[in-house]
Amino acid sequence: MAVIGGSTTGRKARWTFVDIAVVAYALIPVLWTMSLSFKTAEAQTDKNFFPSEWTFDNYKAIFTTDQFVRALVNSIGIALIATLIAVVLGTMAAYAIARLDFPGKQALVGVSLLIAMFPQVSLVSPLFEMERQLGLFDTWPGLILPYITFALPLAIYTLSAFFREIPWELEKAAKMDGATPAQAFRRVIAPLAAPGVFTTAILVFIFCWNDFLFAISLTSTEASRTVPAALAFFTGASQFEAPVGSISAAAVVITIPIIVFVLFFQRRIVAGLTSGAVKG
Amino acid sequence: MAEIILDKVTKRYPDGALAVSEADIQIADGEFIILVGPSGCGKSTMLNMIAGLEDISSGELRIDGQRVNEKAPKDRDIAMVFQSYALYPHMSVRENMAFPLRLAKVDDATVKSKVDEAAKILDLTQHLERKPANLSGGQRQRVAMGRAIVRNPKAFLMDEPLSNLDAKLRVQMRTSVSKLQKQLATTTVYVTHDQTEAMTLGDRVVVLRGGLVQQVGSPQFLYDNPANLFVAGFIGSPAMNFLPGTLENGQLSTGLGTLALSDRVRTLAEEAKAPREVIAGVRPEHFEDAKLMDESAKAGGTTFTATVDVLESMGSDKFAYFTVEGETATSQELAELAADSGSTETGDSGAQLVTRLSAASTAVEGQPADVWFDADKVQLFDPSSGKNLTYAG
Amino acid sequence: MSQQTVESGPAATPAEPAPRKGKPALSEGKRAERRLGWLLCAPAAIVMLAVTGWPIIYSVWLSLQRYDLRFPDQREFVGLENYVAVLSDGYWWTAFGVTVLLTVVSVAIELVLGMLLALVMHRTLVGRGLVRTVSLIPYGIVTVVAAFSWFYAWNADTGYLADMFGAQAPLTEQIPSLLIIILAEVWKTTPFMALLLMAGLALVPDDLLKAASMDGATAWQRFTKVMLPVMKPAILVALLFRTLDAFRIFDNIFVLTKGANDTSSVSMITYNNLIKGLNLGIGSTMSVLIFIAVAIIAFIFVKLFGASAPGSDQEGRR
Repeated sequence: MAVIGGSTTGRKARWTFVDIAVVAYALIPVLWTMSLSFKTAEAQTDKNFFPSEWTFDNYKAIFTTDQFVRALVNSIGIALIATLIAVVLGTMAAYAIARLDFPGKQALVGVSLLIAMFPQVSLVSPLFEMERQLGLFDTWPGLILPYITFALPLAIYTLSAFFREIPWELEKAAKMDGATPAQAFRRVIAPLAAPGVFTTAILVFIFCWNDFLFAISLTSTEASRTVPAALAFFTGASQFEAPVGSISAAAVVITIPIIVFVLFFQRRIVAGLTSGAVKG
Repeated sequence: MAEIILDKVTKRYPDGALAVSEADIQIADGEFIILVGPSGCGKSTMLNMIAGLEDISSGELRIDGQRVNEKAPKDRDIAMVFQSYALYPHMSVRENMAFPLRLAKVDDATVKSKVDEAAKILDLTQHLERKPANLSGGQRQRVAMGRAIVRNPKAFLMDEPLSNLDAKLRVQMRTSVSKLQKQLATTTVYVTHDQTEAMTLGDRVVVLRGGLVQQVGSPQFLYDNPANLFVAGFIGSPAMNFLPGTLENGQLSTGLGTLALSDRVRTLAEEAKAPREVIAGVRPEHFEDAKLMDESAKAGGTTFTATVDVLESMGSDKFAYFTVEGETATSQELAELAADSGSTETGDSGAQLVTRLSAASTAVEGQPADVWFDADKVQLFDPSSGKNLTYAG
Repeated sequence: MSQQTVESGPAATPAEPAPRKGKPALSEGKRAERRLGWLLCAPAAIVMLAVTGWPIIYSVWLSLQRYDLRFPDQREFVGLENYVAVLSDGYWWTAFGVTVLLTVVSVAIELVLGMLLALVMHRTLVGRGLVRTVSLIPYGIVTVVAAFSWFYAWNADTGYLADMFGAQAPLTEQIPSLLIIILAEVWKTTPFMALLLMAGLALVPDDLLKAASMDGATAWQRFTKVMLPVMKPAILVALLFRTLDAFRIFDNIFVLTKGANDTSSVSMITYNNLIKGLNLGIGSTMSVLIFIAVAIIAFIFVKLFGASAPGSDQEGRR
């Protein structure tokens, strides 16, 4: 589209300016948190955007407390397990929805759509009560289960969009070539679906990693509290000191995986988020 | 190698739609048979039923005398070539072609020799290690063929395998498909909507319309003796001209004037108890520029004069288009043909007449021309049933 | 979009035959297909139903009881008494009003900003990859982390922004607090909106825009008369997603104000009643009410705006 007027250099300059604005928009809060995490305890109230003196004390502090390390382990473990299970179950279901013909398919799609739109807080009360009765309250499975549940619609939705892009005739071709439905899945569809599965795994992981409501409602101790929840309960080195530095340092640590995903898998994440959002 | 028999094979969808109705077709061992018809005629459904990709609602499908209705595709030993080729994008050409053999647990050495052999036949040897994405359309098409031939199946099913190629390549591939089939002598069922492919490729052609088999026969026989209006209009390019006419005392009156039918045609029409109102069909090549003919040659037909609308000179001959006064021939079958993507032209304003004249014709666009046509080649159809009243089969 | 090309000949048009009841035995292939379908879906279906289906019913049941964990002995069935209590309480309606306000304002701003960002991501001549990558950071970042960043930015003790409006401590007053909450919400979710809209933009054929400019349309006319109508489905889906999501706003408020100065959302007061107050009866009642509100929003979108629920039309086509 060559409808935006002006010379090429002029247009480039204009776009560069717009790009810088976007980059600033996206990065300033992140840089601010990083800045806080590198500020010394005294400098934290100086209200300056950049630290005048750099220190790693805040990081040292959080990694020496059980509170943060434990929460980090919980976060990683719970998010990984939930992602793994959700993606496996989601792949199976999405394949069936996209490719196979069986009664009850519509119902499953309907239910998962319902859950995707569901206000999570509505589940907090019954889950809180049920998990207490079942002994799941404040345990890993107690968080993993709701995470899987809310990640499944996302996984099924994203994956079935990916599966639909695999030409349908390939499966017929595999059948004609002598494959059973299971072989057709394993040898033809699965390799083609792998990129989609991987993308979905990233999205699901971000979802689990991000959760706060379940994490503070269904946990009560370090046994299963994840980092976002733990942040809310951080205390300073002493009673009278605000935990700004610790919170910021912890915040930076849990932002690292997100930055890594975004840097390396930008294309896939964009594809995953937009798949199926628009219908042709 | 096998014979395939369709015995009253029917496909009815749960919503009641009838895709294929009681098809009876016997395909001999080694025969090349074409299923042809416009969109939605049931030809692909029929192919999918033979493949086992769709259930047969009723009737029986036998391969080599054995009922296979309930067999999964993999147990039917049939190979299929798809319109989109359906090549596995994550496998190389070699892996694609080896795939059916691997599934059948053939040992590595045999796989290699069979794939190499097929690649040689199809001229793919230097492309074996490439991925389908890096191949041209024609090469992909050949890989799809290769995947079908490696395992020596009982039959090949081909679902419009050439329709994704450009026109030139299509002609080229058409001859090689034909050659390959003769060489392998494997029973082949080939679906197409292209009547040129239907005419040139098959030993026999099955014309389908709305799930019903209209006629089965050799291409030439179908061309000369169409069983009904639909087949007459579908086979042949440019299509047969249709004009409404009135039959009286062996005389046929149409927008082109009145002519005396030949004895042969009259007898056939009488035997068929032809009604008064008929549709007359004349193929474009049965017209000729009257100026080029001597009186004796004109005896067997009739001459009319009309203004040439459009003249297309093809070099070898000329196509002259006229508009015939009066009504257009109407029948359900003709309407269907017209609806199908431009396979025939039944114009809205007066009937259009296509004639094929010899290159020596002096007809000029916009000027009147005298055109003769052969009364013995006129075919008569019943407008209500579409039946060919002069069918000599 | 792309699927159509795959669909081949005419016979592909009738819908795939759904299995027929009774008579003609399904062929082996079809039966295997059905079995496989059920087998593959069962685990996902079971988990989803067990963790949502049953709790919803249980939640309705709890909402009909007086049930305060601090006084478990007083548990009893009270019918709709909890609903009466919640709905006649100004506290609930304030929170409801705040939630609706936050939802409407932030989604409206996100739509405008998101559209701009989408245009930038779609059109920019320089650094397209960079813009897209950077925009994903707000989407991916943990909401609580972002919330803390805004909290410290506006906090009177630490913030580089705190003195901006001269006023004292913006986070201690209702209106400034709400604005900051909206800011945090908009910052975090605009990129997601933009991505969904960008997918819609990709659907607008370049030729169409060229044709429009040949026909004499100005840039603004091309946007409103050509792009927006073509993008309508994408916009509606994005709005539906974001509205439902914004309505359950919790994390930002929890960190930024803890709900002080009348800035609580409905999720926030539900949480407070439930986990802080340990009042399961009232908490569940609020849960059910939020659920109903969300259902109504979804219904309005689907019926009124004709936004077909995402995915709803896709089962039919293969």
